[in-house]
Amino acid sequence: MDKDILLKVSGLRAKVENKEILRGIDLEIHPGEVHAIMGPNGSGKSTLSGVLAGDPAYTVTGGSAIFHGINLLELSPEDRSHEGLFLSFQYPVEIPGVSMVNFMRAAVNAKREYFHEAPLSAGEFLKLMRAKRAIVELDNKLASRSVNEGFSGGEKKRNEIFQMAVLEPRLAILDETDSGLDIDALRVVAGGVNKLKTDRNATIVITHYQRLLDYIKPDFVHVLYKGRIVRTGGPELALELEERGYDWIKELEDNK
Amino acid sequence: MENKPKNIPESTDDIIGDVTGSEYKYGFVTDVETDRIPVGLSEEVIRLISHKKGEPDWLLDFRLKAYRYWLTLTPPHWGHLNIPDFDYQAISYYAAPGKKKAPGSLDEIDPEIRDTFNRLGIPLEEQKHLAGMAVDAVMDSVSVKTTHREALAEKGIIFCSISEAVKDFPDLVRKYLGSVVSYKDNFYAALNSAVFSDGSFVYIPKGVRCPMELSTYFRINASGTGQFERTLIIADDDAYVSYLEGCTAPMRDENQLHAAIVEIVVEDRAEVKYSTVQNWYAGDAEGRGGVYNLVTKRGLCRGDYSKLSWTQVETGSAITWKYPSCVLAGRGSTGEFYSVAVTRNHQQADTGTKMIHLAPDTRSTIVSKGISAGYSENSYRGQVKVTPAAEGARNYTQCDSLLLGSNCGAHTFPYIDVMNPTAIVEHEATTSKISEDQLFYCNQRGIPTEEAIGLIVNGYAKEVMNKLPMEFAVEAQKLLQITLEGSVG
Repeated sequence: MDKDILLKVSGLRAKVENKEILRGIDLEIHPGEVHAIMGPNGSGKSTLSGVLAGDPAYTVTGGSAIFHGINLLELSPEDRSHEGLFLSFQYPVEIPGVSMVNFMRAAVNAKREYFHEAPLSAGEFLKLMRAKRAIVELDNKLASRSVNEGFSGGEKKRNEIFQMAVLEPRLAILDETDSGLDIDALRVVAGGVNKLKTDRNATIVITHYQRLLDYIKPDFVHVLYKGRIVRTGGPELALELEERGYDWIKELEDNK
Repeated sequence: MENKPKNIPESTDDIIGDVTGSEYKYGFVTDVETDRIPVGLSEEVIRLISHKKGEPDWLLDFRLKAYRYWLTLTPPHWGHLNIPDFDYQAISYYAAPGKKKAPGSLDEIDPEIRDTFNRLGIPLEEQKHLAGMAVDAVMDSVSVKTTHREALAEKGIIFCSISEAVKDFPDLVRKYLGSVVSYKDNFYAALNSAVFSDGSFVYIPKGVRCPMELSTYFRINASGTGQFERTLIIADDDAYVSYLEGCTAPMRDENQLHAAIVEIVVEDRAEVKYSTVQNWYAGDAEGRGGVYNLVTKRGLCRGDYSKLSWTQVETGSAITWKYPSCVLAGRGSTGEFYSVAVTRNHQQADTGTKMIHLAPDTRSTIVSKGISAGYSENSYRGQVKVTPAAEGARNYTQCDSLLLGSNCGAHTFPYIDVMNPTAIVEHEATTSKISEDQLFYCNQRGIPTEEAIGLIVNGYAKEVMNKLPMEFAVEAQKLLQITLEGSVG
């Protein structure tokens, strides 16, 4: 197969509680690319990210997803993570009493174990945390607090990007990362994502609005509607959607 | 085509079922010669125990009075527990491992017993031991070794088995024994007072801060016996001591009885911290076997501005019936109770505390964290009583339950009895479950489910775990993790 393909999704179908949400998704992502997935509410954007990350709430009913040559759908969620898939959650979960430091240490060392590497010493790990914190301007106090507990909306999203920085994924999926962010927080979060971008990794940005794409420039924009990608274009497609809304797409599709 | 990932368990219940079904690693039996008296309980048996221990007449009288009172009692049934009838005539009330005379030096201890404690992580050689901890090791009915005694004696601290204390410090023992927990207190307290075998005795003199943690490790080994230990701790004016208790037992199909009494007296401005990590054998996955842990623990804050703090991590026993309590008799005295109780499989726990405010300006804090899994039942039962004399008393109670799976039960039984209008009593309670969302979040970051549950549970219990002495906190955290460990998927 083409070594240059990071993720190839073909005919992917999935349901939740017997309701079919994804109805045949095709998507091809190469290293170094940024893909934006846009679409109206209920079109299946979050389902797609959940299915790729292995959320047990969804059942895959057809199609395939090959991640740098590996059948992604056969892996447990943690192994997908180890293989380099990262999901920035739309609603990051609170875990009371578990400090960010302990949480990330468990995450980093689980990945190292997967690759038969010795766990990081406390010193090495704290050094890593310090270096990555700077990328999203996360202060020390947040890092020593419990996972997402009492974090503001902006802090939660910044914390997601911080975790992404620590885990260095090959493919990051940002699910509605802009929701609930004011303009300053948006700039910091987007800045963090841009700093982490290389020509070896890729990003899927799931969003409603063009706003985030002013900061994270997409190479491709896909429009998801009723569980299918109905349009693919360049950054200009996002601008068009911003101007015209989704209704014209809905109309075109529904009248097919 | 159904394309469900292979490694993903079907539901959280399955995961938790796997995770909470793991094995008990202290379940081995030590093959050692045991001096055991015949089964059954009678005045003859009590005389025999007292004789074997070479006790003075006053103590024999104490035992006999307790026994005669016990005969008039029936076991309490008010707990949210299903305690099967226990045949008190079917077990032996005294079992001493190894040599019959008390060992003076380490060489005299049966190597099998020494190995046992080594396997439990409690080396009896002082040089091998944590520098900051002295240990009294009790197997079945007798204390086999107390370490660091000489170093402690230099400060006037007495730390020995209660049998030795009866011989060497009879006046102290006689003065305090039964002064906090009367033999009339309850069925199990009466039984213990009649047949108690060994346990620890601690006396901290006026103004002395005990320089190391004192610890007693209880081990049931022999079959067909119970353990009836008795611990007595006295902190004189301005004294301080931190005391730890740990316990394990072999895996057996029979149910073994553990009916202990702990009494603590805290004088003016003195402070006692009492920590327990209870890991008796809990029975197998079907609920066969396991220890019945029916204990009475109470401290009397007799002195003004004295303080007593109970911290317990309860993971073992088939049945736990236990309410470490504080009687706040001194003006401005403080009582604390921090508890984590984990039940899984068919375990039952009914545990909590009593805070009895008798004097003005007394303070009490209760933090209870219950964790139930499998088919277990986990109850918090706590009493806060403010008497008319306790002007300005304050209590804060926080009582949380965490449910793992859907076949277990969590219950809260608070009793609040306030007879002084100036008192402030607060009670907060929550019940929660580990959510699928939390587990998936951890999984997405690469943390496997089993480890995630350990993290989440430890996070939930952190407030209590932080109260444990450092050396113990790490052990207890591991214990929580191991208790909930197993293969997943």
